[in-house]
Amino acid sequence: MDLNLTPAEQQFRDEFRSWLAANLPAPEERPKGTRTELGNVTFLKNWQKTLYAGGWAGISWPKEYGGRGATLVEQAIFQEELAHANAPELIGTIGLSLVGPTIIAMGTEAQKQRYLAPILSGEEIWCQGFSEPNAGSDLASLATKAVRDGDDFVISGQKTWTSFAQMADWCLLLVRTDQEAAKHKGITCLLVDMHLPGIQVRPLRMMSGDSAFNEVFFTEVRVPAAQVLGKVNQGWTTAITALMNERANLGSGLQVIFRRNLDALIERSKTVQRNGKPVCEDPLVRQKLAQAQIELEILGLNTMRALTSLAKTGIPGPEGSISKLFWSEMNQKTQQAAQEILGAYGQLSEFDNGIWAYGYLRSRGNTIEAGTSEIQRNIIAERVLGLPKSY
Amino acid sequence: MEFDLNEDQKVFRDTTRKLLKKECPAERVRRLMETDTAQDAQLWHLMAEQGWLGLTLPEDFGGLGQGLVELAVIAEEMGRVCLPGGFLSAIFAGALVAEAGNSRQKAAYLEKMASGDLKGTVALLEAEADWNPSAVRLAVERNGEDFVVSGKKLFVPDAQTADVIFCVVRDGESLALLPVAKDAAGVKVTAMPALDATRKLYQVEFENVAIPQAEALGADGNPERALRRAIEVATVTLCAEMVGGMQWVLETAVEYAKTRHQFGKPIGSFQAVQHQCADMLLLTESSRSATLFAAWALTVDDPKAAAAVSIAKAYCSDAFREVCHRGVQVHGGIGFTWEYDLQLYVKRSKASEILFGDATFHREQVAQLVLGER
Repeated sequence: MDLNLTPAEQQFRDEFRSWLAANLPAPEERPKGTRTELGNVTFLKNWQKTLYAGGWAGISWPKEYGGRGATLVEQAIFQEELAHANAPELIGTIGLSLVGPTIIAMGTEAQKQRYLAPILSGEEIWCQGFSEPNAGSDLASLATKAVRDGDDFVISGQKTWTSFAQMADWCLLLVRTDQEAAKHKGITCLLVDMHLPGIQVRPLRMMSGDSAFNEVFFTEVRVPAAQVLGKVNQGWTTAITALMNERANLGSGLQVIFRRNLDALIERSKTVQRNGKPVCEDPLVRQKLAQAQIELEILGLNTMRALTSLAKTGIPGPEGSISKLFWSEMNQKTQQAAQEILGAYGQLSEFDNGIWAYGYLRSRGNTIEAGTSEIQRNIIAERVLGLPKSY
Repeated sequence: MEFDLNEDQKVFRDTTRKLLKKECPAERVRRLMETDTAQDAQLWHLMAEQGWLGLTLPEDFGGLGQGLVELAVIAEEMGRVCLPGGFLSAIFAGALVAEAGNSRQKAAYLEKMASGDLKGTVALLEAEADWNPSAVRLAVERNGEDFVVSGKKLFVPDAQTADVIFCVVRDGESLALLPVAKDAAGVKVTAMPALDATRKLYQVEFENVAIPQAEALGADGNPERALRRAIEVATVTLCAEMVGGMQWVLETAVEYAKTRHQFGKPIGSFQAVQHQCADMLLLTESSRSATLFAAWALTVDDPKAAAAVSIAKAYCSDAFREVCHRGVQVHGGIGFTWEYDLQLYVKRSKASEILFGDATFHREQVAQLVLGER
């Protein structure tokens, strides 16, 4: 056991940290508003291009495909440094963390040649067309269909909760290609050009007011059969590969964001007054602040343990589910604690730029997105504890 | 960065597990529960022989000089079998001498403690049952070359079987750590029967007990700091023991959920039961992360060590209780019976939650640290 970074890991961190210091866009260069606004998309694409030029895009990818073959610990350090530096978000994150690794694992040589480089450089943005209105937790019951017609598939149906669809050039799309087969066995994974006729994107506005997700409608969209990733009717395997990569992201960057948030709350508790004194002197408030601190520290420790275990086994496993369950519920508790600690001020849009009101509302989605807490508990029960399948 | 036991530690864990499974089955735990002291001479001899009693004590004084991660490894296995008796008291007393004692005192106590020939415990709590050393009120008088103590200490574990009771007393602004022979004149030990019968608690009364001032531990250093450090060592050991208890409850509940059938199916196929088990795993693993980190941080004197210990104890205190409650719920009626071994862990969890400060106490320590108050 040694929780200190190795000399090589320290060197990696120092190298990236100094690169960030030299290349991070200055605050005044950053556009305001949401990422969906045109100026922002251009800015974020440029940011990824800068990372790519510095050799810092897709660091987990093997060297032969343009990555660095970074270790898991290095990937965690990378995420932490980005968050520490308050770097702009990675607009190509779906491509980098999910689509790219899946194409590397399952794609043909031609597909690798065509798609991987633009994912790294941020020239092409990807989204992930998995969830549907009637296929959320039960993803395999998806109904968007693709019918073979000559050399093409013709796609009709609807996807939802699709992040980045507004600006995406491509979509990793799951479709049903065999209506007769068992639900896991009639699914195919397609690489779909989002600029094709028949595709319509409609932003979904969340209770927090922002539109991170979209609905995507497909009306007789023709896609060449060569766009199949993996094999026809074996798309479920591709989907699982992609989802494992999604959950393998153990939230190293998120932790830094939670840290910043909790530090802000701790500082606020020293200035907000109640009963004529700072709320941080109230024993109940102290208990809540401490509990938030305890859970955040343990999240970091669990992550380090999971990274060590992943590095040894090589395959993303259920550690991702444990981590996802922990951080999502932790953040909800901490956001609720913030509301209690700040009292009437927590609800205000203009108090601390509304981060507490927004954070509270946004946290309600945490236990739903990327697999609900219920699904994570099912995975833990069945895959870690070996309990019989429940459905 | 590597957050895992190394190969030696894993071998150590596995051999310890095997040995304790053989030597400390539940029948033995139950037999010892019924005794006055829960202390078994044969088990004690085994622990001495294995080097466990002196595991982290310095090699110059008969110990093995290992770190606290190794100690956590065996403590977890002890917790898994709900080992009765005075191991934790031995660790606390040993750490206190190692931290506070001068070389003469270390020579006098440690070798005998490591060999099992001398049993120690620490008398800290008083009527308020406050684990903070600064809350100690029992004042010592000076009489010539002696300290003289009169008054009582409460909730002292394993005092009946101890040869020496290290009594924490107030000496003006400072604390004094007095080694008092249990059989000395004026010392009276009375049982405080409590819900966990595997670790007995006692009231210790002192009536004009005189100890030469030169015998007090840490008189030439900072006794309070040494005491705090010894408490940290004992607290981490207890946390590891609690993790072992959680692991047993988790495994037992999961096994039961796989075999117990209702409505024609194993109850472990019902999500309501699965989710209880998943939460138990999350609580157990998170407790283990926090405990191993605290053990490592104390060993390498990491600046986060004090916070890490309080984080571990706060989390484990809630988690062990929670895991036991869920374990009982998964079992249904049988989990609530005297004959089923789960009851041993339910009681151990409640007593462990209190020992060295509960979650509320340790959250307050964490709050002081994050608010920059100390």
